[in-house]
Amino acid sequence: MTGGAGMRIVAVCGMGIGTAVLLKMNAEKALTQIGALGVVTAAALGTVHDAAQVADVLLVTADCADRLQLPPGAVVVIDDVLDLSEISDKLTAFAGH
Amino acid sequence: MSLADHLPEGSIITGARAADWRAAVRLAGDALVAIGATEPAYTEAMIEGIEELGPYIVIAPGFALPHARPSEAVHRAAITLMTLAEPVEFGSADNDPVRLVVALAAPNPTAHVTIMSELAGVLHDDDLLAALIAAETPEQVRAMLARA
Repeated sequence: MTGGAGMRIVAVCGMGIGTAVLLKMNAEKALTQIGALGVVTAAALGTVHDAAQVADVLLVTADCADRLQLPPGAVVVIDDVLDLSEISDKLTAFAGH
Repeated sequence: MSLADHLPEGSIITGARAADWRAAVRLAGDALVAIGATEPAYTEAMIEGIEELGPYIVIAPGFALPHARPSEAVHRAAITLMTLAEPVEFGSADNDPVRLVVALAAPNPTAHVTIMSELAGVLHDDDLLAALIAAETPEQVRAMLARA
């Protein structure tokens, strides 16, 4: 886990206003659940390379991950944007690296 | 506040009939136009988005959230909610067939945050989703959402 303000997380999906926003909201809840600090923003798939510059981790839905070409490690793929426990588990695993 | 507060007259359609996913998105998009939230170009952008990126907008079993990028074709943040008389295939491996469509429009990335927060609450309530799908009138939909 990084110090200070915690993880910088960018939730990425298609247009950056629908799925990405739901993912951002649930990631914020997940951070609270696991007692971790972090800042989550939402971004569109088209801006993912800019987002990657400022993010510790990209949260990406499985559908959108198929369309991304990014180095592994900085990307956490989420199968179900509505599944808080999946997001919590995967963020915990990532933070433990 | 509930999602009902974001669904004025004309923004809820029950028992819609759509031959395919494009027709379903178009109907929900037409409703966005009818309530003055978008221009028809936004409806076409929603369809193009799905053609380009696939059915990722089908985010829960039976539930689709079509939307497109903020653009000049969007006048204000809004949603329309539509139930389908017959389920429609969107091509989603996990969540087909779709029975409930919420079309979303936003003029910028933040104007619709309250709507999304209310919507997230609804999507986490399986009983409410099932009830919404079975609703027969817009008044029933509004009453269910107001109680939630």
